[in-house]
Amino acid sequence: MNWYKYSSPQTFFPLAGALAKAFGALAVVACAIGLYIGFFVAPTDAQQGEAYRIIFIHVAAAWMSMFLYVVMAFWAGLGLALNTRLSAMMARAIAPTGALFTFIALWTGSLWGRPTWGTWWVWDARLTSELILLFLYFGFMALQASIDDVRRADKAGAVLALVGVVNVPIIYFSVKWWNTLHQGASVSLTKAPSMAATMLAGMLAMALGFWFYSIAAAMTRARCIMLERERSTEWATEYLGERA
Amino acid sequence: MLAAVRCILRRDLLLAARRRSDVFTVVLFFIIVASLFPLGVGPDPALLRMIAPGVIWVAALLASMLALHRVFAADHADGTLEQMLLGATPLGVTVAAKVAAHWLASGLPLVLIAPLLALQFDLDQKSLGTLVVSLALGTPVLSLIGAIGAALTLGLRGGGALLSLLVLPLYVPVLIIGAGAAEAAGSGLGGEAQLLLLAAFLVAAGAFAPWATAVALRISVE
Repeated sequence: MNWYKYSSPQTFFPLAGALAKAFGALAVVACAIGLYIGFFVAPTDAQQGEAYRIIFIHVAAAWMSMFLYVVMAFWAGLGLALNTRLSAMMARAIAPTGALFTFIALWTGSLWGRPTWGTWWVWDARLTSELILLFLYFGFMALQASIDDVRRADKAGAVLALVGVVNVPIIYFSVKWWNTLHQGASVSLTKAPSMAATMLAGMLAMALGFWFYSIAAAMTRARCIMLERERSTEWATEYLGERA
Repeated sequence: MLAAVRCILRRDLLLAARRRSDVFTVVLFFIIVASLFPLGVGPDPALLRMIAPGVIWVAALLASMLALHRVFAADHADGTLEQMLLGATPLGVTVAAKVAAHWLASGLPLVLIAPLLALQFDLDQKSLGTLVVSLALGTPVLSLIGAIGAALTLGLRGGGALLSLLVLPLYVPVLIIGAGAAEAAGSGLGGEAQLLLLAAFLVAAGAFAPWATAVALRISVE
């Protein structure tokens, strides 16, 4: 199989459309299963009551927020190294979804923290590094948005994403260390009691659903970017002409 | 290669010496920001002593960020930068020399003035010494990381605000470890571990940041 076949926007465009539809449908199914398990099957938590059910969204979103940054940096690095047009488009298409999941993780985390910890926000290591991750996403998007020349925007964004991905573990460990230095053992997500199997199943279903959604959203966004950048080519004008 | 480094260092330091007001603005900014905190949180000496390392570190970080855009801006405007890109000296080496000169002109003055601010906050001797060493090790890291951001945002509209958005999240580890060093020294734990970590950051940033900056410069000037 020739992997390079789909590195051209012209051949990737229809594939991306098919993938977006397929993964969009899968995302709906997986999220429906996950939410059903989360709301109706999983037992009520002995300590946290019903409020804990927010973790079905929260944990999956937090996983995706970190995973998507690495995926974005991977595509950005590939684009920088091999000078492929499509890789940079993928990196650009993933960034908003990653930022969205980071925001959802922070938001649901604070909604969960209010009844459980009694506060909207604590300077916990995970919360703080998640917040910094959100800033990294914003920086990437702001840099790309403020450069008009797309080639330069892609490459500059790629350098920033790679510098960021090297920094993410350093940031995480320094924040973790800073936190333990400051306030000892207060509240921690890691002390949660071992989880019932149904809870884990619900969480995994939600994570899969969010993953599929990310693929679908990134593919849809990549299609828009492809059309915008290739609008003067034959296949794009043909496609747009059919639509008009 | 060493001749080129010496030449760039000499030239940039001479330029900085001829435009002394640039250096003083950064130092004054540092002093003023640090002086605003007592006005904001109240004059309680115990509280001020507690927050001093963090306040001085944050002020130094903001001040060094304020000077960042100057690393490449003037050379970019008059075309010198393009000559450097075309020159025989490896670009990473050129960048390292430029960052070193920039730190000597904008970072070192902050380190030297910091003891005065620490006295204003009534820091004890031990944490004062550690604070100065942590700044001496940490501000070059800020310059090295900042140079990547400065190279990426070269000649862009809204450069200043954009630059801070890119660079500040990356500064977080340096801030945490740097301020932590003085705090640990003050609490009797000793800040050696933090200082060693800062030194490790400096070595790693010194090895990789000029290289990343060189890539970013080639993208921006292309």
